[in-house]
Amino acid sequence: MNKVYDKIFKYSLQMIVIIFCVFPFYYSVMTSLEGSSAVFEPNFFPTEINPKNYNYLLFEHNFPQTILNSLFVATVTVSISITISYFAAWSLSRVNFKGRSMFLFVILAISMFPQIAVLTGMYQLFLNFKDFYFNIFDLRVKGVTSLLWLCFTYTMFNIPFTVWVLTTFMKGVPKEIEEAAIVDGASSFLILRKIFLPIMTPAIFTTAIMAMIAVWNEFLFALTFTATNSDRTITVGIALINGTIEYEVPWGSIMAASVIVTVPLVIITLLLQGRIMSGLTAGSIKG
Amino acid sequence: MADININTVNKYFGDVHVIKDVSLDIKSQSFTVLVGPSGCGKSTMLRMIAGLEDINSGTISIDGQVVNDLPPKQRNIAMVFQSYALYPHMTVFDNMAFGLKLEKRSKDEINERVNEAARILQIEDYLQRKPKQLSGGQRQRVAIGRAITRKPKVFLFDEPLSNLDAALRVQMRVELAKLHNELEATMIYVTHDQTEAMTLADDIVVLDTGIVSQKGSPLELYDKPNNMFVGGFIGSPKMNFISSKILSKSSDATEVDIMGMSKISIPKMSASSSEGDSVSLGIRPEHLVVNGDSDGSWESKVFVVEKLGDVTYLYLEKDGEPLVAETEGHSEIKVGDTVKVGFPAGRCQLFDSSGQAFK
Repeated sequence: MNKVYDKIFKYSLQMIVIIFCVFPFYYSVMTSLEGSSAVFEPNFFPTEINPKNYNYLLFEHNFPQTILNSLFVATVTVSISITISYFAAWSLSRVNFKGRSMFLFVILAISMFPQIAVLTGMYQLFLNFKDFYFNIFDLRVKGVTSLLWLCFTYTMFNIPFTVWVLTTFMKGVPKEIEEAAIVDGASSFLILRKIFLPIMTPAIFTTAIMAMIAVWNEFLFALTFTATNSDRTITVGIALINGTIEYEVPWGSIMAASVIVTVPLVIITLLLQGRIMSGLTAGSIKG
Repeated sequence: MADININTVNKYFGDVHVIKDVSLDIKSQSFTVLVGPSGCGKSTMLRMIAGLEDINSGTISIDGQVVNDLPPKQRNIAMVFQSYALYPHMTVFDNMAFGLKLEKRSKDEINERVNEAARILQIEDYLQRKPKQLSGGQRQRVAIGRAITRKPKVFLFDEPLSNLDAALRVQMRVELAKLHNELEATMIYVTHDQTEAMTLADDIVVLDTGIVSQKGSPLELYDKPNNMFVGGFIGSPKMNFISSKILSKSSDATEVDIMGMSKISIPKMSASSSEGDSVSLGIRPEHLVVNGDSDGSWESKVFVVEKLGDVTYLYLEKDGEPLVAETEGHSEIKVGDTVKVGFPAGRCQLFDSSGQAFK
């Protein structure tokens, strides 16, 4: 009898947590599918299925452009930070040099800096960067100035985090594997390419996803450094969606936009969650 | 063909002096075992020969060539690690072929060598598997196979069997001995297991806190330990040490007392000793004579009886001095019995107060 109560207790707790976490998302999906007037009637199940919000965003608004911008910034940022961090992680976990732990500590300290603390300085740098950039390139590619600057600042804020995480992962790879490769005649670069890279792939994926989510969700820099509608990223894009009249908050469109930008992240995470963290070095050493 | 000469080598880890002026000559094609308790520097010695650790002073030469500054791959060595250290993402075949591919060997040669090694180690059926699909023993074979395929002059083994269960360890030990005969390569083997050392070695090097305590054939170390450390380390159960005093000295023997119960004249000498000195008398459990005639004797109560089938170990104690004696497997002796243990003079060792053996 006790067992049954235990089960009921366990499952009801789980249900509470799930509802708490998932309900807002469910409600936004539902709202996004409703027409303009139905949005304002509270209900648990949609009274109508109406793709008008999605149609509006994808075909009458520059929302697709903001998605592309975000994808561009996220891809560039994540690839640069992961590449740099991968090599940094190797030296920080494997090469003995003076001040190594100090260096790691500084990296951790830097990653604690709030964005707002450097925002004004960054903006001044951005203006200089713009001047410099405009002097070199002609007007046709001017549009990407803001995006390139975003990539740069995001990379700057991401690298401490990715270096830290990858260093921790790489410390977990047994030293003997590397030594075996050294005895087999492999150079450091070859070890990084042929031994560490395949072993670290799940860790790199995990870190890349976390970095990507951080970039995807970033708002403050994106708002500060983008000036025109053509170089908005999605977070700013959503914030700037406006209704037909001044006092209307277009909930339907905003919810549809949120769903569009969230779904890819959810899908990526679900697809990769099996690979994340698991089986880094299974079978290599004893046990 | 590949002698290894180690000449007054020193190694420091920070302030810790782990290898102290060690000199060793290892003969080509011999099987040398480095033994010692944890932290004695045996693994460090091996890693210095491999080139995975730098040397602070002294020289190591392989085949006449000083290799101090050569990277591992130019030393013509292969190493087998305690934890196997297989590449987890590669198949068994690729694990074994990795070194050969780096040497840019032809495909045919790689195939031939890997298959040859797989045949010797009986892992032909697993060549396409990943390490995680193998058992511990199979993984260890792959690790050894990875070393064999490169046909090095010197094999280095770092406690390769200590992760295996007891039965498998005995089996692999025999196979390693066979492998050594087949490959005709110089092998250096590190272990803390003195059974492995005794059974595999041509030469045993006993290391104690960074110093070579003694080097010699297994039986040399067993019969004539240089000092108490080697005497206690080689042999299982351990050699018994009984504190004693020199009663008198003659030209070829030293007379000592055994716990005041009897006197015994042992045919060992030490020039620096004199009458009245404290010494330790060492004798192995298997050399004690239980309830029989002998040169000296001792009587004591039995505290524990261990019956192993082929032999029985009796744990005795007298005035705080423990003693282990071996007797026949079907002994009638029970706990609480009083037995007389005899000391054959020819089997006794004497060690002075600093632990050095009388010759």
